[in-house]
Amino acid sequence: MAKYIEMIRIRFLMMLAYRTNYYSGIIIYSINIAAYYFLWSAIYGGKEDIQGLSVIQMTTYIAVAWMARAFYFNNIDREIALEIKEGKVAVELIRPYHYLNMKTMAALGEGIFRLFFFSVPGMFIVSLIFPMEFSANLSTWGFFGISIIFSFIINTQINLMTGIITFFLFNNDGLMRAKRVVIDLFSGLILPISFYPGWAQSAMEWFPFQYISYVPSMIFSEGFVGSEVYNAIMMQLVWCLILLVPIQVLWTLAKKQMVIQGG
Amino acid sequence: MRYISIFMQYVGQYMKTRLTYRSDMVVELLSDLLFQAVNLIFILVVFGHTKLLSGWSKDEIIFIYGFFLVPFAFFSTFFNIWDFNERYIVKGELDRILTRPIHSLFQVILERMELESMFGIITGLVVMFYAGSNLGLTIEWYDPILFILFVLGGALVYAGIFISLATVSFWSDSRTAIMPMMYNIGNFGRYPVDIYHQVIRYVLTWILPFAFVGVYPAAFFLDKTEWYGYAFLTPFMGILFFGLSIFLWNVGVTKYRGAGS
Repeated sequence: MAKYIEMIRIRFLMMLAYRTNYYSGIIIYSINIAAYYFLWSAIYGGKEDIQGLSVIQMTTYIAVAWMARAFYFNNIDREIALEIKEGKVAVELIRPYHYLNMKTMAALGEGIFRLFFFSVPGMFIVSLIFPMEFSANLSTWGFFGISIIFSFIINTQINLMTGIITFFLFNNDGLMRAKRVVIDLFSGLILPISFYPGWAQSAMEWFPFQYISYVPSMIFSEGFVGSEVYNAIMMQLVWCLILLVPIQVLWTLAKKQMVIQGG
Repeated sequence: MRYISIFMQYVGQYMKTRLTYRSDMVVELLSDLLFQAVNLIFILVVFGHTKLLSGWSKDEIIFIYGFFLVPFAFFSTFFNIWDFNERYIVKGELDRILTRPIHSLFQVILERMELESMFGIITGLVVMFYAGSNLGLTIEWYDPILFILFVLGGALVYAGIFISLATVSFWSDSRTAIMPMMYNIGNFGRYPVDIYHQVIRYVLTWILPFAFVGVYPAAFFLDKTEWYGYAFLTPFMGILFFGLSIFLWNVGVTKYRGAGS
């Protein structure tokens, strides 16, 4: 266990070493949220609410969705793919730790760094400029906290899967790009799931994507209330467990048929 | 002349590497289409809840998007420098580039080009013609010429912004989360800029002039006379921003200290 925690620490420190420019990121983030605010105001065009969300809730939703993204987002699929392509994965596999767990921990270190140095100050600045609704309710914050941890796990699991697929395809850039696009669209980052037409919503029920962004953002902007919150978090847990299966299967197969492409 | 022949050789090598991993290439083309569909879906879903966006109809917004796809296709074919920092600075790959007697930016562009992104031109034209025929737009003799000028201008604006951002890495090798969000800010240039607050409008026009890769030039073809002035500025903004970014690059490259091993 200690070595995994050490990995989190190392990755955190690595990010810290390259930190000088995070505040320019915050400015860009603010412009981003601002533009969304006006775009959505124009879309609402004076309407009280769309699908139960007011303009202010919508702004909060978008702002928090991007903030949460900084936490759960990581590039471990690209890292894994690169290590496979360069043949480094051979060395990684003989080291005395579980390769996938180590990657997950590295991603967590990165996520924690961005949460503290990017999301929190960014959110603070944005909330000074734009009308947003922060819940005074402590339990909302608590549920949001639990929820983004699950978001991180689900997103990381999907990344691990896409990364492992490189073992079979050798070059995987297309799939990784497709995955990013799918997650942006179906996770609820750019549009709340409830805005989609009914048939699309029921189709998305069958995929884990909305549990990455839609759920935590809805909890934070209080678009979900009461039992909806519990159900959503339960579903996140269920998906975390379901996704373990394909990862394990893919990993077992991958180790068997690994081809080191040079290195 | 030498640059052209080098370019052709890189294209040849590129084809070979792409054809080695054929299944990946198919997936990549599909993922590009998917990427283009995402924004279209956004527009369609949003207009499922409203009729007009500050006086602009659904088809007009779709037309702007179609136009945007064409310069964006040029941009994403040649200027894949969003991971420049990670790939060239942190890893020290730029050392290799700098030892060769060709302009460093040109080499980076060649190494990172993705010719299959050109496909976006077709998607863009299809979307434009679809929306244009819904709107009953007609094509004048000068439209194709201006279209090409505006497309080049737009692609140069995009290239200028992203090259300038990449040059930041020469001064500070810190990783930033800027690039993905920059792509996102680019999206805002596709909506009528008068919906934004003045500050944002100013930013999208003069600082990060994404509006010149969307609403301004497209407004010309949509016969929105009040925007003509901005539309005709497009090629000049392109040259200005691209020139500026080359200048920044040339200065920046002298500040480069090999970081990696």
